[in-house]
Amino acid sequence: MFRSIGTKARKEGYSSRMAVDFRRRVLRVLILSLLAAIVTATVCPFIGGPGMDYEKLWRREAPDWNIFVNLRMPRTLLALLTGAALSGAGAMFQALLRDPLATPSNLGVSAAASLGAVAAIAFSKGDDTMFPIVWFAALVGAAAVIILVAALGALRKFSSFTLLLSGIAFNGICLSLILLMHSLAGITKSFQITHWLMGGIDAVEYPILLVLAISILPVCVWMLRLSRTLNVISYGETWATGRGVDCRKVTWQGFAAGALLVGGTTAITGPIAFVGLIVPHLLRRVVGPDYRLLMPASIFGGGAFLVVCDTISRSILSPVEIPVGVTTALLGGPFFVWLLWSR
Amino acid sequence: MSLLSIHDVSYSYPGRPAALTGMTATVTRPEVIAIAGPNGAGKSTLLDILAGQKAPTSGSCRIQGEEIQSMDRKDLCRRVAHIPQTIPADVPFTMEEVILTGRIPYGRGLYENEDDMAAMEEAIRSARLDTFRGRPFSGLSGGEKQRVLVAAALCQQSKILLLDEPGAHLDPENEAQLWELLTDLRDSGHLVLVVTHHLALAAQNANRIWLLDGGRLVADAGPLEAMRPDALEHVFHVPFHWHQSAEGRVFLTYGR
Repeated sequence: MFRSIGTKARKEGYSSRMAVDFRRRVLRVLILSLLAAIVTATVCPFIGGPGMDYEKLWRREAPDWNIFVNLRMPRTLLALLTGAALSGAGAMFQALLRDPLATPSNLGVSAAASLGAVAAIAFSKGDDTMFPIVWFAALVGAAAVIILVAALGALRKFSSFTLLLSGIAFNGICLSLILLMHSLAGITKSFQITHWLMGGIDAVEYPILLVLAISILPVCVWMLRLSRTLNVISYGETWATGRGVDCRKVTWQGFAAGALLVGGTTAITGPIAFVGLIVPHLLRRVVGPDYRLLMPASIFGGGAFLVVCDTISRSILSPVEIPVGVTTALLGGPFFVWLLWSR
Repeated sequence: MSLLSIHDVSYSYPGRPAALTGMTATVTRPEVIAIAGPNGAGKSTLLDILAGQKAPTSGSCRIQGEEIQSMDRKDLCRRVAHIPQTIPADVPFTMEEVILTGRIPYGRGLYENEDDMAAMEEAIRSARLDTFRGRPFSGLSGGEKQRVLVAAALCQQSKILLLDEPGAHLDPENEAQLWELLTDLRDSGHLVLVVTHHLALAAQNANRIWLLDGGRLVADAGPLEAMRPDALEHVFHVPFHWHQSAEGRVFLTYGR
């Protein structure tokens, strides 16, 4: 009898310790990844590139102060937001599609945004296409995919696998249309198209950053709140449904949210490869598969990662800048291959 | 008010003959009901409909008087726990984390609370999984995995349990323990519906048999009546025999 009481006390100690430990881990991961984002965003604007005169910066004198405020800061913030959006969306897609190789681009959103932007560049009259038009066209392209996904979700029953395959097909269609327009474009336009397709973090005006932040941050909060559901969705649709999850609703909401994140950022930066794939995967190895840890780590870590990649991009061949898409792909490509072969 | 009432339920997969036709049955008290029948008889389809995984093509299913189709998903899952035949074997979570998924119908927040942990402890104890604490689910054997899934259903604290071939991967000892657990659950007020091909164990442990053939309910009675050798032979196309041992135990064998 005494033995059974002792066992009971031990068991209760075990389970409450398990709960407390988990909350501590969540807090630790949250603080560390937030810290990584804050530190990189604070340090990176000061370093790299052609070099800065820190005394002038301190005295708020031109040109260094202006470069810092109007170019480096907005650029860092854009990298932070874009990295967070792409990486968070990637982590979510990997859960929804139950496929570790799923990325936001599987949905065709970034290809559709690119198609919109390329069409705007190719069909505009002047040689120097205005930025807002390209941005708007890219958003329209991304919105078309969002509507398509939402319509698919509303019209009939579908599996996440069907969505994945449709996304890949849609991706291919968009890319071939881009190729078509590219081949018909003149030399100036062709250069612009190529430049856009390479993807890059450029300085943007603060109001645009504000709009981006307002559209992205609520979706990020929504994804964080979805993390326990994402855990159970990775057990398969049948199990999740049996635990009270409306899988169909979550899947298409998640796809729409991901499309918004990827479309909104791609419209400004152009396609940036591999952030949505490598960041969640690297972090999965560090914090484990629980999305309550993985999602905050991916969002903040993705932001930090892209800030660092952007700093490398503008520093490594300074004063020449390489597009950040090249840096992420050169880091991400080999990782992708390693991932494929070590599975 | 009946615990579970199934009225004239049919289901057909698009472009295929009906998987379930005009199924009608009522359950008014806690029971262990074994659902038996050849492959493709509609057993899993019936379970899926009761779990709200599939909507019946026609007919209605009520749980404690409420139509399943119009119930809130989480509300349904607080009353019915469904265990499919398998879940992905490579789920990257520990056995406790798998069991705690049973608490999702209760949870609004991101984290498990005291009640959730207490329910998990209770489930671990009932399913005798104490020695597996902290083990990753993917590292367990097929039978151990099955027991963890049963524990997850217990953790869900639903009055109705739907189990789809839970004994398929179990050795005789574990399967005997499973049936013991199921009859214990009945005695503590649960309704247990279990799809099984192990007719002998079903006959010994279940107090009611639903025999399905070609999507139709061909028998709904206690084991001795529902599993008459001629009825079973008609459904399964092999001869069956009831025997009585010297100590008076009744058991079922089959085969030529």
